[in-house]
Amino acid sequence: MLTLTSPVETWAHRIPAGWKLLALAAATTGLFTLTFLPALTAVLAAGVVLCLSGGRTFALAALRLLWPLWPFIAVILVWHLWTRDLTGGTVILLRLVTAVALANFVTMTTRLSDMITVLQWLAAPLAPLGLPPRRLALAVALVIRFIPVMLDRLTQITESWSARSPRRPRWRVLVPATLAALDDADHAAEALRARGGAG
Amino acid sequence: MPTTLPRPCGPAAGLVKGAMERTLTHVALFAALIAVLGLVPQITLATGVPITAQSLGIMLCGTVLGARRGALAVLLFLALVAAGLPLLSGGRGGLGVFAGPSVGYIVGFPIAAFVTGWLVERTTMPIGFAASAAAVIGGIGVLYVFGIAGLSLMLDKTLPEAAFLGMAYLPGDILKAVLAGLVTQSLARMRPASLLSRA
Repeated sequence: MLTLTSPVETWAHRIPAGWKLLALAAATTGLFTLTFLPALTAVLAAGVVLCLSGGRTFALAALRLLWPLWPFIAVILVWHLWTRDLTGGTVILLRLVTAVALANFVTMTTRLSDMITVLQWLAAPLAPLGLPPRRLALAVALVIRFIPVMLDRLTQITESWSARSPRRPRWRVLVPATLAALDDADHAAEALRARGGAG
Repeated sequence: MPTTLPRPCGPAAGLVKGAMERTLTHVALFAALIAVLGLVPQITLATGVPITAQSLGIMLCGTVLGARRGALAVLLFLALVAAGLPLLSGGRGGLGVFAGPSVGYIVGFPIAAFVTGWLVERTTMPIGFAASAAAVIGGIGVLYVFGIAGLSLMLDKTLPEAAFLGMAYLPGDILKAVLAGLVTQSLARMRPASLLSRA
């Protein structure tokens, strides 16, 4: 399965994930207290420089990750053109795009395994509540393994419907897909139990 | 007349052999199901808003797994999204989605699953109707409270204005709540024992 980590190695790939996340949290908190337009523009410019420092391919990939924001940008633009408050609209948009771009930058420069290590470290205090880090790691591995399995199963269900009916299956695939997930869960639980349990 | 053993319930349920493995695999498999339902092609409604089955997956977590396991499954799914897997509908993922305008909906997802599951566990109404009603209250009512508060905060709009923006998804979500009820009812007929929300 593809992750959002950029295959282009940048200098930021070598910084430990924990520091990047800490810096991101600080930057995002700071960003939401800013309402001064030139300051926001400066932060956005810094973000652009950050993305460009990874090279052209990296910067283009970062731009592509911002694409899902366009409906919100369109709505805000129309809204503020209507209310004739363009400065207010620009502040909102700058803040939004910068916050998302900075967060994307951290995601793009951190490997999935490093993120999961941080996640386990963060979840360590939950161990007395019945969630030891080992169990969390096992759950994460199960999800990552079963997503392609379930996608294949969904394709099979859709194909077997299409082989029998001229109509499209649409929502009718949901019941067998959910049922398969429940059965898979039971089988995986038995398999885990047979191999000494989940600790 | 087949004899039925009394089901383990209450605090002693955790002591049953293999109960922990079953919880773990159900949580993991339903986290994978949410991801898979977000990856299947989306339908565009008459209003032009694309809908995917992802929020249906959130509802199913509640109606099938119950409050605690359902919420855990959603949390596990979100942890993987935060770690950098593009599993949210439309291939979104990474830390950027937590800095984007839909962050309210994302925060509301586990709470919506919990409320949906809690309602299904508490009521003695027929399962199909109960699941649909719980999905409307939890998966729409509770989710929209968080989602609209998030939109209002991130886009700097008043709550009524944000509510107006958030209503675009309502027709699709009502459809999904009804589907969640139908799917849960079918599962209750086919695998009564696997419906953990009513176990």
